[in-house]
Amino acid sequence: MTKLKVSPSPHDENYTKTSHIMLNVVLALMPALAVSCYVFGLRALFLTAVCVAGCVGFEYLCRRIMKRDNTVGDISAVVTGVILAMNLPVTLPWWIALIGSFVAIVIVKQLFGGLGQNFANPAITARIVLMVSFPAQMSHWAEPFYYQANGGLSTSDVVTAATPLVTGDASYKDLFLGHVGGCLGETCALALLIGGLYLAARRIISLAAPLSFIGSLALLSAVSGGNPLYEILAGGVFLGAFFMATDYATTPITTKGRIVFGLGCGIITFIIRTFGSYPEGVSFSILLMNILTPYIEQLTRSKVFGAKEAVKNEG
Amino acid sequence: MKKLRGLKLNHCKNTENFATIDFPLPKTVRIPMAMTMGAPCQPVVKAGDEVKVGQKIGDCDAPFSAPVHSGVSGKVTAISDYLTANGSVCKAVEIETDGLQTVSEEVKPPAVTDKESFIKAVRESGVCGLGGAGFPTHIKLSPKTPIDTLIINGAECEPYITADYREMLENPEDVIGGINLMKSQLGIKYAKLAIEENKPEAIKNFTEMAESDDTIDIVTLPSSYPQGAEKVIIYNSTGRIVMEGQLPSDVGVIVLNISTVAFIYRYMQTGMPLVTRRLTVDGNAVGEPKNLNVIIGTPFRELLEFCKTDMDSVKKLIGGGPMMGMSLYSADMSVVKTSNALIAVKSYDERKTSACIRCGRCVRVCPLGLMPADIDRAYKIRNIDELRELKVMLCMNCGSCTYVCPANRKLAETNQLAKTLIPRK
Repeated sequence: MTKLKVSPSPHDENYTKTSHIMLNVVLALMPALAVSCYVFGLRALFLTAVCVAGCVGFEYLCRRIMKRDNTVGDISAVVTGVILAMNLPVTLPWWIALIGSFVAIVIVKQLFGGLGQNFANPAITARIVLMVSFPAQMSHWAEPFYYQANGGLSTSDVVTAATPLVTGDASYKDLFLGHVGGCLGETCALALLIGGLYLAARRIISLAAPLSFIGSLALLSAVSGGNPLYEILAGGVFLGAFFMATDYATTPITTKGRIVFGLGCGIITFIIRTFGSYPEGVSFSILLMNILTPYIEQLTRSKVFGAKEAVKNEG
Repeated sequence: MKKLRGLKLNHCKNTENFATIDFPLPKTVRIPMAMTMGAPCQPVVKAGDEVKVGQKIGDCDAPFSAPVHSGVSGKVTAISDYLTANGSVCKAVEIETDGLQTVSEEVKPPAVTDKESFIKAVRESGVCGLGGAGFPTHIKLSPKTPIDTLIINGAECEPYITADYREMLENPEDVIGGINLMKSQLGIKYAKLAIEENKPEAIKNFTEMAESDDTIDIVTLPSSYPQGAEKVIIYNSTGRIVMEGQLPSDVGVIVLNISTVAFIYRYMQTGMPLVTRRLTVDGNAVGEPKNLNVIIGTPFRELLEFCKTDMDSVKKLIGGGPMMGMSLYSADMSVVKTSNALIAVKSYDERKTSACIRCGRCVRVCPLGLMPADIDRAYKIRNIDELRELKVMLCMNCGSCTYVCPANRKLAETNQLAKTLIPRK
């Protein structure tokens, strides 16, 4: 006992680290990735690898250039990479995916201060930037199982398909199992549900935002005479609700706030899908709600036990 | 009523079945004059004096203080400066024991005739809250507002510590006797004995003992840290809310630690002041964890050796529980009135602090509903108005937020620092 460590209490800690949380999110995305490899072929894996490598690489370089601590070890860049890949069509050229990684990590995340400081979800913002910059490539959807027909990684002669949100005629079973056209990770509702419930069971995410998001969207489409089940299964609702509307840094911290956030996402998604010119509104709804998050937080602070109401000091 | 809850902790109550052992008389004791909250005492003995067991060796004129007594008989060798765990310096009386343990003639049951003499006797006993905070008990017993309920805190919500639990098992009559004494002397109608549900044996015993008495109510608290915190235990046992700026007495309650109550009962019978206390010695560096009855002023080093501790492996010593206890800077510090545990650990968390990911775990676990993550942000930019609005002053430093933080941020510490920014009215 040469030297004793002296520190303020508490002296005991729970050893869940940031990297454990991030690793669990990656794990939760694995079913969706596996399904996308099955439906869209190995190119899905290749594209994911490009995004992950891009995100991690840009994170490392960015921190290096800015002379800050290396934060690659927290695995948050890997999460961003996988989620970004889940938001891309399988036919996308790799260099566009790399641009997406750059936007996500450098512009959205690091320029605002890094982990926890970004106001918008990096993957969602990158998707939107790519959607606006490369509209043709970003809406070039592959027919499920196309790779079995021409057997390979070639993207030139892919049969293109419209997403079920445009066609509106996919069966529920196909939607649930992901046998439809669309982005890598958003097609299979089942895989996303498994991942989301896993995270909820590990208490990594709260179900407040996903439930209010999906619930409000279903309710609105039912009220407006639409098909609520089709509406929530098609497109990126599950991916957005479980993996992006639950992002820590860009969504409110209290349960009340998360419910408001989810409701907002549901309403905006419904409005864009019904009245907008884009068939899909999940990304925009989450981004818009990200921007509103600081205000939601201000209004939904938890009530402190035994606190007196603040006396407004007029003048 | 929804009870306030907090963290699920590993209880680590390894010593719960270990009966208390009297620790052998040490060769020397060093008794600090500042062991309770409030003003430190001044020694009333000087080097060379002979002292006896129970003799007063330190006192203070300030009402917010408690006198100090010797637990040994022997000769005062020196009055020295002593650095306490909270960083202040006070005098300490060093006594070489003569091994005879002659009891002082000062020790005789106090004459109690009314409330005033009772409270005076409580002060003379030198007692303070034995649960760890060390609030002088006689101050609590003389509130300005009427009290209808006495809450006895038997939560012992911190991991490892079983000192209060052993008191409940070994001296249940003293506890009940103390409760009845308090009720009759202070004119309090009801008593609630609140025990955390991880102590079923104690709950069962007391339920049986208090069966015929409907003014004593046994409350089972959920096993969720920090049940023993004053505001939490008041709400969970009576449903009353102690508002910002209020004292428990403002809602008609007094909260006393269970060992404190049992001690006061014994003091009124024997007149022996607070010179020994029970503490749990545990932690992963301790070979044989034990519950010990120790004379106040004994060096911690002797306790560790007695419990077969591998001294070279000890990296951190904690006086009290792992959640709210104080780091000890040396094993040569003394057992004080508030030492309810001594925990010696081989390792401590050396992770670096990383950025807040805003996961909200700290908000979820705060028993009072504070938002440590937001306080952390506001503290960083010294936004005093925001800190006020976030009610940082209500933080009781239970440490739950720091405990759960995945980024290893020292949120509880930040809360305490943030408090210092807010000017007092």
